[in-house]
Amino acid sequence: MSLQIPHREKANGSSGATKAVILVSFVVVFNVRIWLTPTSKVGGASRGTRFRPLSLDVPKPLFPVAGHPIIWHCLTAISKVPSISEVYLIGYYDESVFRDFIKDSASEFPNISIKYLREYQALGTAGGLYHFRDAILKGRPERLFVLNSDVCCSFPLNEMLKLAQDKDAEAVILGTRVSEDAASNFGCIVSDSHTRRVLHYVEKPESHISNLINCGVYLFSTEAIFPSIRTAIKRRTDRPSRLVSYPSSENLESSFMIDDDEESQKNEVIRLEQDILSDMADTKHFFVYETKDFWRQIKTAGSAIPANALYLQKAWQSGSKELAPASANILSPVYIHPTAQVHPTAKLGPNVSVGPRAVIGPGVRVKESIVLEDAEIKHDACVLYSIIGWNSRVGAWARVEGTPTPVTSHATSIIKNGVKVQAITILGKECGVGDEVRVQNCVCLPFKDLKRDVANEVIM
Amino acid sequence: MKALILVGGFGTRLRPLTLTMPKPLVEFGNKRMILHQIEALAAAGVTDIVLAVNYRPEVMEKYLAEYEKQFGINITISIENEPLGTAGPLKLAEKVLAKDNTPFFVLNADVTCEYPFKQLAEFHKAHGDEGTIVVTKVEEPSKYGVVVHKPNHPSRIDRFVEKPVEFVGNRINAGIYILNTSVLDRIELRPTSIEQETFPAMVKDGQLHSMDLEGYWMDMGQPKDFLTGTCLYLSSLAKRGSKELAPISEPYVHGGNVLVDPSAKIGKNCRIGPNVTIGPDVVIGDGVRLQRCVLLPGSKVKDHAWVKSTIVGWNSTVGKWARLENVTVLGDDVTIGDEIYVNGGSILPHKTIKANVDVPAIIM
Repeated sequence: MSLQIPHREKANGSSGATKAVILVSFVVVFNVRIWLTPTSKVGGASRGTRFRPLSLDVPKPLFPVAGHPIIWHCLTAISKVPSISEVYLIGYYDESVFRDFIKDSASEFPNISIKYLREYQALGTAGGLYHFRDAILKGRPERLFVLNSDVCCSFPLNEMLKLAQDKDAEAVILGTRVSEDAASNFGCIVSDSHTRRVLHYVEKPESHISNLINCGVYLFSTEAIFPSIRTAIKRRTDRPSRLVSYPSSENLESSFMIDDDEESQKNEVIRLEQDILSDMADTKHFFVYETKDFWRQIKTAGSAIPANALYLQKAWQSGSKELAPASANILSPVYIHPTAQVHPTAKLGPNVSVGPRAVIGPGVRVKESIVLEDAEIKHDACVLYSIIGWNSRVGAWARVEGTPTPVTSHATSIIKNGVKVQAITILGKECGVGDEVRVQNCVCLPFKDLKRDVANEVIM
Repeated sequence: MKALILVGGFGTRLRPLTLTMPKPLVEFGNKRMILHQIEALAAAGVTDIVLAVNYRPEVMEKYLAEYEKQFGINITISIENEPLGTAGPLKLAEKVLAKDNTPFFVLNADVTCEYPFKQLAEFHKAHGDEGTIVVTKVEEPSKYGVVVHKPNHPSRIDRFVEKPVEFVGNRINAGIYILNTSVLDRIELRPTSIEQETFPAMVKDGQLHSMDLEGYWMDMGQPKDFLTGTCLYLSSLAKRGSKELAPISEPYVHGGNVLVDPSAKIGKNCRIGPNVTIGPDVVIGDGVRLQRCVLLPGSKVKDHAWVKSTIVGWNSTVGKWARLENVTVLGDDVTIGDEIYVNGGSILPHKTIKANVDVPAIIM
């Protein structure tokens, strides 16, 4: 197994990190790992399959939502914590994948150094942290943020930090309330409502325990987290059969960091959620910061639409200059890339993002949608609750339509005439929709031309 | 000459349109259905027309009075207190139909075609027997009653075969007849069918002939057929080089067969056709796409909407970027919201539609 970090980054990184760590006592590890599907094998190339067809062409963390890659939103939140100077991205992807993003971010976030640490083997979220402990602990940081990149929220990191300081916490977890039905799909937190101390943590319980759930954002004291992981590894090595007694995860829809059962039984795979948090609730000074702000997981490709809406709303509320100014034909919030061409008679919004060089023709209607780079939407077409893939073309008077899901719902599929279908319509890269053709509740894989009306289908 | 038009009941099959307007008054190709027939009858020299109805058609009286004046004819409404079938109404109107010895026309109000009344009268006179029915050739005769001729005779009917299993012919009763007044003696004043009772009796006596219809024919009982009938009618106008159709040179006309009332307003960058009827006072916004549809008077289609195989009822509004298709019928004063999709919806009068109708449904 190779542990090499590219030399260039290492050289830059260590000088920056050393400096930073001496002065500042925080390191952020920013985890960009994508879940494995239940069938993928250790070290397999399968990545972000549930984000298909969009992840066929771009890794999910770099998929643009509200005009920026998903991880950009995390970085923006991180950059607002003054004491953070270093960010590590940990993932399976090839180093080249994040090269441009890291380069761009270096100029956009000059006060933080960003490095990518590549895992060559599935180690689990905690296993990955532990594996790179030397890099992370260089400069002896006191605390460590861990963020899952497939989370869309306002990332109240400063608030979490303040709670950690006030309580002298060893761990702080970001929590949010969901409906009772949804709760068991997530990691559930039982806490003391007065002290906010975490009393109990169960990943995807079979019965209802709490509707306060794990948001996938953590703050650990370095002195607590690494010994906890070491203990878990030791326990695994001593009693490797222990995991067998864990309830198997039936519902893979909405939990963090699911590896398949086969993998989870490998000794190297140590997951924060399943293997660490529960023990921490028992033994450590562990607190929950409950966010009242928005929170969504970005799991399937369709969940990019609610995430897009939430980040655009956030940008709008904070008076972002990036957004298109409201007018008769722009219903805020709308993001239009400076290189995109939008005809003045086209009506956009709310919650629309238009990517670089996209062309939106006269009399077009786009609502609750993402139009990706170089896509073209011809005159009088109507695009609702959809993602239009890179270089795709939507014909004149065509209608590409998804179905809105309730704001409180964390699902991305709906039941239509008794059949489960994708709520959001997604056109993969370089798809074509003919003039006047209607596409509803469909997922269309890359390079397909749709010449006839289709509904409720996956088009291979 | 005289004629009887079999109007019958409320036209429930053409609902939701007939919830607002009796069927004969529904505009077909921007002209009330009954007017097509009255016009053709008057042109053939008919002076007395009976409308056989089984409801009280107050609204119709005003229009009929107008037509009487316009064509210099008498129109009588003959009301059945109980439905009398297709033959009974003839007997009920005997006073008018038998007022002289000339033969009289009978036609079903639902039928559209190039009414061949003059030719039919001549043909009838030439053979000298009691009756002549107009027949039309169809592709699938097994769905209808087929007319079979006497061997070695071009027009005398030998028998009728109802829904034949085997091919016996492809000519079916087109619902248009000319009959001598003597036929009235064959009919009793009771519910009775001209097809099932009167005609077979005439056939037995060798008194019934058929005449082939040229051109299109459609029974427009249902909205689907109303749309098809409109297409056939518009094509026929085009074939005859009618000046009524919008010229192909109009930038919005696409594929021809577009009939636009002069009072209608059409926006910029529209693509309209083929087979579209746009009624009086209709307003069409910019970038609208219309095909195979009927926009009844006073309706409005807003910018960028897409409408196909749809009847937009009187004073109805179709929202921006809405999409209507698959035999959608909007009754009077229906509003379809912006960006709404309606697939085969039958929308009753005065409704506002704010959510998609994904599968064919009746919206009460």
